[in-house]
Amino acid sequence: MSESLLGALWSLLAGFQALGPGQAVMILAGGLLIYLGVAKGYEPLLLLPIGFGAILTNLPLTGLMEPGGLLRFFYDHGVLTEVFPCLIFVGIGAMTDFGPLLHRPSILLLGAAGQFGIFLTLLMALALGFTQLEAVAVGIIGACDGPTAIYVTSKYAPHLLGPVSVAAYSYMSLVPLVQPPIMRALTTRRERAIVMKTSRQAVSRPVRVLFPIVVTVVTCLIAPKGAPLMGMIMLGNLLRESGVVGRLAASAENEIPNVVTLLLGISIGATMQAGQFLRPATLLVLGLGLLAIILDTVMGLLFGKLMCLLSRGAINPLIGAAGISAYPMAARVAQVEGMKHNKRNYLLMHAMGANTGGQIGSVMAAGIMLSLLEGLGLGR
Amino acid sequence: MGNWDFGVTLTLLGMGGTLFSLWLLTLVMGLMKRLFPAPPPAGPDQGGQGA
Repeated sequence: MSESLLGALWSLLAGFQALGPGQAVMILAGGLLIYLGVAKGYEPLLLLPIGFGAILTNLPLTGLMEPGGLLRFFYDHGVLTEVFPCLIFVGIGAMTDFGPLLHRPSILLLGAAGQFGIFLTLLMALALGFTQLEAVAVGIIGACDGPTAIYVTSKYAPHLLGPVSVAAYSYMSLVPLVQPPIMRALTTRRERAIVMKTSRQAVSRPVRVLFPIVVTVVTCLIAPKGAPLMGMIMLGNLLRESGVVGRLAASAENEIPNVVTLLLGISIGATMQAGQFLRPATLLVLGLGLLAIILDTVMGLLFGKLMCLLSRGAINPLIGAAGISAYPMAARVAQVEGMKHNKRNYLLMHAMGANTGGQIGSVMAAGIMLSLLEGLGLGR
Repeated sequence: MGNWDFGVTLTLLGMGGTLFSLWLLTLVMGLMKRLFPAPPPAGPDQGGQGA
């Protein structure tokens, strides 16, 4: 009797005994992510479930990430199948107003320049010893677009999903801290004070409805492998702009992304197991991710300066920094920086145009990369 | 394919392809705006509610 009692008591203490130092560190790391989300407001929608998932997955003997475990089920059926990031894109499309971009289509080019950090970081990752497919996953942090980063990484380097996702989401929330010093270093006071003219011409409804269809057709013909991403974001936008499927648009904007964000976050957190996460490569991924966003900002600003020159001063180069995606923080940063030098300088609408262009650019860059990998025989 | 060739190929074609695709989209967007221009904003005397 006393032996069985002791055995039963011992089973209640087995969790404490099995808790290793690595798991304890990761539980603290999960707590830090929750703290950043709750106390600092950094991307709480993602960092909170990611942090909690990290805590859950590092508690010993729970079996949550073993075959048949609850988190393993979410991960296998939502992340590995790429369903979750694609569903998030339906929501992003439904929430995004491409009107400012349609007002001045040339701003879309800033969305291309804001993606150059992806490729420059890929080169750096290769130089630092990452394998080719790992370098692709690290570079894609520069898309400044969480679902895109998760989609590409789950395809090519699922073992890096934890650090890549944490880097993608945490650095996006740090855009207001990272970008302003670069903006001030690369632009003159005169450039920052440029007031951009606002067009009073509205965009017609046929253009708004046709836009998602045409973008889907054109981009998927160029980069077919990007179709799941671009197709879903544009489907969401079509629901919004068509004006005839209010219920679907409301679901795409609210219920679908809400549920999927929760499941995606906790699944990503579940990949942050001590054995996989506590490695030197994680620090390199986090460092390269930050570099990717800095390079995106630099290239966006330099392209903005070029457009300023070509337009004879009609374009404020600050909006180039909003071409990095990171919607809508990057646009707000451009607006705030512009107003510091001219209180009447309302750049927000133009910056929103560049920012939505950055969203299209990030998905396009990922699609092109996926198609190129397919062409090189590395596609999956 | 070596790492250097891989990186340079992806960088050149990736950057170039992204820039080209978005430039093409700007042309298409401009064309759509020409084909379907927005109706001019109604003036105060065109709304049928004049004083």
